Amino acid sequence: MDKNFAARRRRDLIIAAVLAVMAALAPLFVKDVYVQNILILTLMYAALSQSWNILSGYCGQISLGHALYFGIGAYTTELLFTKFGVLPWFGMISGGVIAALIAMVLGYPFFRLRGHYFVIATIVIAEIGLLLFQNWDWAGAALGITIPVRGDSWLKFQFLRSKLPYFYFALALCCLAWFVTWWLEDSKWGFWWRAVKDNPDAAESLGVVVFNSKMGAAAVSAFLVAIGGAFYAQYLAYIDPESVMGFQFSLLMALPAVLGGIGTLWGAVLGAAILIPMTELTRSYIGGSGRGVDLIVYGTLIVLISLALPQGLVSLFSRAKAKGATR
Amino acid sequence: MGEDAVTAQAIIQSLASGLLMGLLYGLIAVGLALIFGLMDVVNFAHGEFLMIAMYATFFLFAFFAIDPLLSAPLVAAALFIFGAVVYLLIVRFAMRAKANAGMVQIFSTFGLAIVMRGLAQFFFTPDYRSIPQSWLGGKTVSVAGIFLPEPQLIGALVSIAAFAGLYFFINRTDFGRALEATREDPGAVALVGIDKNRVFALGWGLGAALVGLAGAIMAVFFYIYPDVGASFALIAYVTVALGGFGSVFGAFAGGIVVGLVEAVTALVLPPSLKSVGIYAVYLLVVFIRPRGLFGSM
Repeated sequence: MDKNFAARRRRDLIIAAVLAVMAALAPLFVKDVYVQNILILTLMYAALSQSWNILSGYCGQISLGHALYFGIGAYTTELLFTKFGVLPWFGMISGGVIAALIAMVLGYPFFRLRGHYFVIATIVIAEIGLLLFQNWDWAGAALGITIPVRGDSWLKFQFLRSKLPYFYFALALCCLAWFVTWWLEDSKWGFWWRAVKDNPDAAESLGVVVFNSKMGAAAVSAFLVAIGGAFYAQYLAYIDPESVMGFQFSLLMALPAVLGGIGTLWGAVLGAAILIPMTELTRSYIGGSGRGVDLIVYGTLIVLISLALPQGLVSLFSRAKAKGATR
Repeated sequence: MGEDAVTAQAIIQSLASGLLMGLLYGLIAVGLALIFGLMDVVNFAHGEFLMIAMYATFFLFAFFAIDPLLSAPLVAAALFIFGAVVYLLIVRFAMRAKANAGMVQIFSTFGLAIVMRGLAQFFFTPDYRSIPQSWLGGKTVSVAGIFLPEPQLIGALVSIAAFAGLYFFINRTDFGRALEATREDPGAVALVGIDKNRVFALGWGLGAALVGLAGAIMAVFFYIYPDVGASFALIAYVTVALGGFGSVFGAFAGGIVVGLVEAVTALVLPPSLKSVGIYAVYLLVVFIRPRGLFGSM
């Protein structure tokens, strides 16, 4: 069993490296800006969902308020940049740290709540954040912040002529989130989280520090999501509360992992690779005349997947493999 | 008449409107509480149930000139069928999930909510609609210098009547007793020959009918658009959580609390922040009493 586990982990790492190299080469063949945009969004949502999955999948604390951390990452970066001239790289890290601290401060009371009370508390806190930002004049209130154009530069993380730098950053973030998950899976925390998810009371009695391990998951998850928020803000060069902290982000972070397989290493990546291109394509092809079709398509997918494949699309692979093994 | 009298009157005025709105919030939320109490499932499409009830009321008015007050029972009946169908087609299967049961319950109804919003955008367009003229719309009653809008006033009365009816129904009828028994011990109920699925389907129907009734009244004085359910759903979750998840009469009390808190917040903070008060109260209550104000521990 242990041997299998180690072998599987090594294989996962190799597959990830191969996929990352293939993705890194993709821009050689994809010159179309529209397709590049879809690739960037897919990588970003894969990274976000992977991070969301750490708290909600592995640790089992389903959050529908991660838009809060996404928005904090975006706002910290842009407020520091536009008001104080601080470089976005520094703002990005600051945003991550602030989000992680907020996640822990919130976690202190939140992790005493169980089930639906917890889920609703996460929705409510993100809504409060949204309303506060919409009314915070110094931060641009509902109008938001337009990021001033300073020309192409890695230092200022701003590129007007090409989308490729954004593509490589999104790829790096996706790899980072995946690697953190991979590494945590085999750590003490990884085992604690699985115990907490399966049965918190039993875990507690076996000496698992339930509370601390939830706090750890929340902090890591929030940090990575805030980095994603900072990236998104630089990419769009414009933010307002609704477009970085709206409920749809909480949902869009959760859906890839849910579709692909919640609490699994590959679920978020697989889910994002299917969901995001599909959403973007339906939106642009059917769009205009038939608004809402994208919602209908992915809503239907969610219902079907959660009913028919509660362990997500990745369970199809393991099922196929189990079949092959018995043959 | 000094300035104090004016502010005192303003406070009473907003508390009175808050109370009326609170009674309506209770009616919006009670279906959610009923379903949760019956089977431990949160319907994350509850707001969209409200949304289609509002559209149904609107179209009955637009095409057949039926006043919302008359169409309310029709809308409630239609929602009853819709709720039962949702249970039979989706929730019934969601409850059988062995793996990731919590996730399945949340996302199966969440997915439904997204589909319903998409369908509404597709068929009804994202335009804001309203019912321009109805028997109640735009009229106010003045009691001792306090103005009460008629739609909200009638809505509050309907809410009180609905809760009274529900009380009678749960305590005095066979179906009500079956509902209570099933919520206490679904296993034992099967032994005495009650079909659990039937009770659950009827419970979903009843819960949806109640939010349908609320939707018909809301349509009189609120804009109707595909996302209208979202904000009311969040208020409904807060209401139900305040009352203690699953407690039907907790939802009544929770609704009143939410309405009053909203009114008081609007007096103190800018109107755009009025929901912050409700959300803060939710957090405060669940932190102090993690099972809600009236929930059993």
